Amino acid sequence: MSFFLETLAGGLLAGVMYALVAIGFVLIYKASGVFNFAQGAMVLCAALTFVTLTERDVPFWLAGLITLAVMVTLAVAVERVVLRPLVNRSQITLFMATLGLSYVIEGASQVLMGASVHELDLGISDLPVEIGPIQLSSFDLVAALAAGALVIALALFFERTRIGVSLRAVADDPQAALSIGIRLPVLWAAVWAVAGFVALVAGLLWGARQGVQFSLTFVVLKALPVLIIGGFTSITGAIVGGLIVGAADALAEIYLGPLLGGSVSTWFAYALAVAFLLVRPAGLFGERAIERV
Amino acid sequence: MPPALATLSGLGAGRRPALPALPARTAGLALLLAVAFVAIPLTATDYWYNAILIPFLIMALAGLGLNLTMGYAGQASLGTGAFMAVGAYATYNLLLRLPELPLPVSLAGGGLIAGAVGLVVGLPSLRIKGFYLIAPTLAAQFLIEWIFNQVGWFSNYATSSAISAPRLVFLGHDLSSPAGRYALTLTSVTVVTVVAWRLVGSQTGRNWRAVRDGETAAAVIGVPVARAKLSAFFVGAAVSGIAGALWAFAYLGTVDARSFDLDRSFQALFIIIIGGLGSLSGSFIGAAFIVLLPILLTHLSNAALGGALDGGQISNLQRIIFGALIIGFLIKEPNGLAALLGRLRRPAC
Amino acid sequence: MTRLSRALRAVALATSLAGLPALAPSASAADETGAQAPKQYFPLATFRVGAYASSGIPSWAGIIDYLRYLNEVEGGINGVKLFWDECETEWAVEKGVECYERQKGGREGSPVPVFLPHGDPVSKALTEKSVADKIPLLTTGYGRTEAIDGRVFPYSFTVLFSFWSEASSVVNYIAEQVGGKDKLKGVKIATVYHDSPYGKETQVPLDLLAKTYGFENIQIAVPHPGNDQSAQWARIRQIKPDWVFLRGWGVMTPVAIKTAAKTGFPVDRIIGGIWSGSEEDVRPAGSVGKGYLAITPFPAGQDFEITKKIKAAIVDQGKSDLKDLKSFGSVYYNSGLIETIIAVEAIRTAQARFGKRPLNGEETQWGLEHLVLDEARLKQIGADGLVQPLRLSAKDHEGGGAGKVLQWDGAKWTIVSNGWVKSDRELLLPVIYERAAAYAKEKGITPRSDDTAEASAQ
Repeated sequence: MSFFLETLAGGLLAGVMYALVAIGFVLIYKASGVFNFAQGAMVLCAALTFVTLTERDVPFWLAGLITLAVMVTLAVAVERVVLRPLVNRSQITLFMATLGLSYVIEGASQVLMGASVHELDLGISDLPVEIGPIQLSSFDLVAALAAGALVIALALFFERTRIGVSLRAVADDPQAALSIGIRLPVLWAAVWAVAGFVALVAGLLWGARQGVQFSLTFVVLKALPVLIIGGFTSITGAIVGGLIVGAADALAEIYLGPLLGGSVSTWFAYALAVAFLLVRPAGLFGERAIERV
Repeated sequence: MPPALATLSGLGAGRRPALPALPARTAGLALLLAVAFVAIPLTATDYWYNAILIPFLIMALAGLGLNLTMGYAGQASLGTGAFMAVGAYATYNLLLRLPELPLPVSLAGGGLIAGAVGLVVGLPSLRIKGFYLIAPTLAAQFLIEWIFNQVGWFSNYATSSAISAPRLVFLGHDLSSPAGRYALTLTSVTVVTVVAWRLVGSQTGRNWRAVRDGETAAAVIGVPVARAKLSAFFVGAAVSGIAGALWAFAYLGTVDARSFDLDRSFQALFIIIIGGLGSLSGSFIGAAFIVLLPILLTHLSNAALGGALDGGQISNLQRIIFGALIIGFLIKEPNGLAALLGRLRRPAC
Repeated sequence: MTRLSRALRAVALATSLAGLPALAPSASAADETGAQAPKQYFPLATFRVGAYASSGIPSWAGIIDYLRYLNEVEGGINGVKLFWDECETEWAVEKGVECYERQKGGREGSPVPVFLPHGDPVSKALTEKSVADKIPLLTTGYGRTEAIDGRVFPYSFTVLFSFWSEASSVVNYIAEQVGGKDKLKGVKIATVYHDSPYGKETQVPLDLLAKTYGFENIQIAVPHPGNDQSAQWARIRQIKPDWVFLRGWGVMTPVAIKTAAKTGFPVDRIIGGIWSGSEEDVRPAGSVGKGYLAITPFPAGQDFEITKKIKAAIVDQGKSDLKDLKSFGSVYYNSGLIETIIAVEAIRTAQARFGKRPLNGEETQWGLEHLVLDEARLKQIGADGLVQPLRLSAKDHEGGGAGKVLQWDGAKWTIVSNGWVKSDRELLLPVIYERAAAYAKEKGITPRSDDTAEASAQ
């Protein structure tokens, strides 16, 4: 039993890490209706910028600020160059554009900062801690706290600031929002910038776990099932979806894997997502009715 | 954008005067087949066969398959790689287990099996539509890759679950030389393209377009929507499946499931978006763009930047240019290169 | 008619490119010799971009630095200088094939002596093409295990340390630690592998070894890319193996080490495989990587005679291909150095027979199959301790089959095994020959007999 609990806890904590990436997707999807494949490249770009700075003895907080500035600049550029000319185009076209964007960001990050693997030490120990019958890592707990803090901060941001309110207005009814004078370009740039910040947090946590390197971009592949299960438009959904995917992956790998030859987690999350899609197309917390016959 | 666009449009321009006045279609067709079947075998080198012509033709076919499903019938799919894998593994097993079957039959059989798998993957399209369809197709992509990696039977229990081409022989001719593999590829691609062309002009093709342009309206005027969707998945996957078998046997020789990963599906998607959704020629133009552009960029950057930058920087710059070109095309030429070339050609005709 | 003709016209458009004169091969050759004497071309298929660039970059530096050293200090191979160019593959199979096709024709009058595919999938894709083109594929520490049987695979050279030998040497090292092979009975060895053809290569030999020695063989797959392994290591915590044999690639290795530490598995009981045993694999894991072991045919270090010479003549003169000099003497740097030493010695061997001029692939293939790198020769080159003694033949394209075990001390590798840990080749070879024969049967290849190897080179 304690083994089951431990697997479950480990899976849930891994799910938190997926959720961190998924939140970035939700923000952008809410504002501009794009499944932003470049989110992975943004995670890489943020982590690489940060680690390049700290390796040159830039203090932690300053490196964070500079990275944030880079991400905001990137957000504004993306809005100008990519999103604005593609307004009113189909979702699949926008998706393709973000695929192209991911090539540009990955290439540019590596031209400027190299392709080597960097160690990122956040000073959080990643050793086991016994909590009751189960064993967890303090790093995972910090990651979970960071995700929690991020969700609260984003909730406040969307409740209390003008941009947040505008965003909800746009998500509810773009036409009405435009007619009452919400400026979409500003909103888009702002939301991409916030998504850049989320990418920074995700990049730091993932980077500390596996080293800052190209494969950080692979984390996007786990984000899609998270979004389908949780709903594309809900931050709470991203967290819950992440937890479900993390737990389901871990349990499937342990209990189903040996029966089927292992590596079931490459597709299990997607199979689960399809099941959700057929039963509950909007996801658990989705707002908008999605297209279905 | 400039180099590749300039090259392609330059070529279009260069060919323009050569086109005869009115029976242009027939003459153009004959010219084209003459070039592909006669001129190329007389002039091409191994490099052109193995590195350019064969992968170009195969990816064009894979793009064509996706174009039937997505461009004509409007059903989004990110499962092209998986369908290619099914085609490759199915053909391999037919060749291995039923050696009496002639090569073309095994190839077609592989395509049909891939089509059947595509049909199953397409079932959720009866309930889900639009962008969300990429979820079931992605699920298929990962699941199928996993199955071929795990289940030894499909690869005849090879040490590393990789399959390699049995001898390619047809009517006593050994097709394993580069020219032979080109002939096999070109013939298959031509035959499949003709079939696809007949199909999109038939009632089935009209049904597909009706579903794409408006499902409810299509249902109202009596189009069998479910059948149209499923047939689009079936045909598209079958075409991609044949492309996969060719990729495995006529191009690489040895493949494992990872040769048909998600990147391959993305590549097919790029091909039809850049070439033109709902256009047969678009698949070919898009494939030419995707296959040739990186090679062209390498040569150009080597010529231009030579010793100035190391290989890594050049390759990263290529990545940037490639990404920027994709975005540029999506913005400037939403109907793809096929439409662009069409416009370029019209003034002359 | 419209659509079809448009479609076909598109084909013509693209294929009419074929009528253009073939694009000249890239002009970025590192042409560094002024002499008029004919030079030997040495093509490099590199991956400086993409997910695995970090492992590639130091390897090319090892290759290029040694080639530069040969040209500048030794005046080439018997006076024949070398030149090279690079083709970027991004570690993708189809790009690797394109590079092979682009480079195989040779350059500036020199044919291609040998091709280094640098990637397990691409080496498999090139197996048959290389036979048709008569260009030997040199795969050090990777590649098709059955290609050890050169009678079936005349142009594939799985030199040094195949994956089967890797598995066997790891078992033998564990045997040394537990006090002999007879003590292996009941020992639990869990193999955590990258779920790919490469990762699965060791399943058959480990099965065989487990039957022979009686240890418990547990296989745990990690799906690509391996950036979350909590489930796999939870299983290991439950099974409690005595040793873990880690066969990773890319990001999988640092994540495995981190996750092992997180779940409390002792890191000094994990033995990494060839592609889990570099600085680039361990460094991202940070301080918890201390004590981690790895088996490798590419021992790290800067104290080998040849390494010192390269340092003095190339690195200290600012001529190294390395941008980050801390990689000098690293596992990957030395891997490039070692494969180039083998290639160059094969060319040297072939030159003794065919003359001191640029050689083609067929001639180098003869050189490879007659390569003898014994202790004495290795001492002459300055590579003793770095390269294991090798003797290749048509029947044996591996030659050595031994590795050294390294341990990470938090900052660098130290060699902890007592010299080279040998594999049980006598046990494995019959099975390998059986598999090669099955391959030959399936493909309709008539294996060369041992003595026609000599004749076929004529």
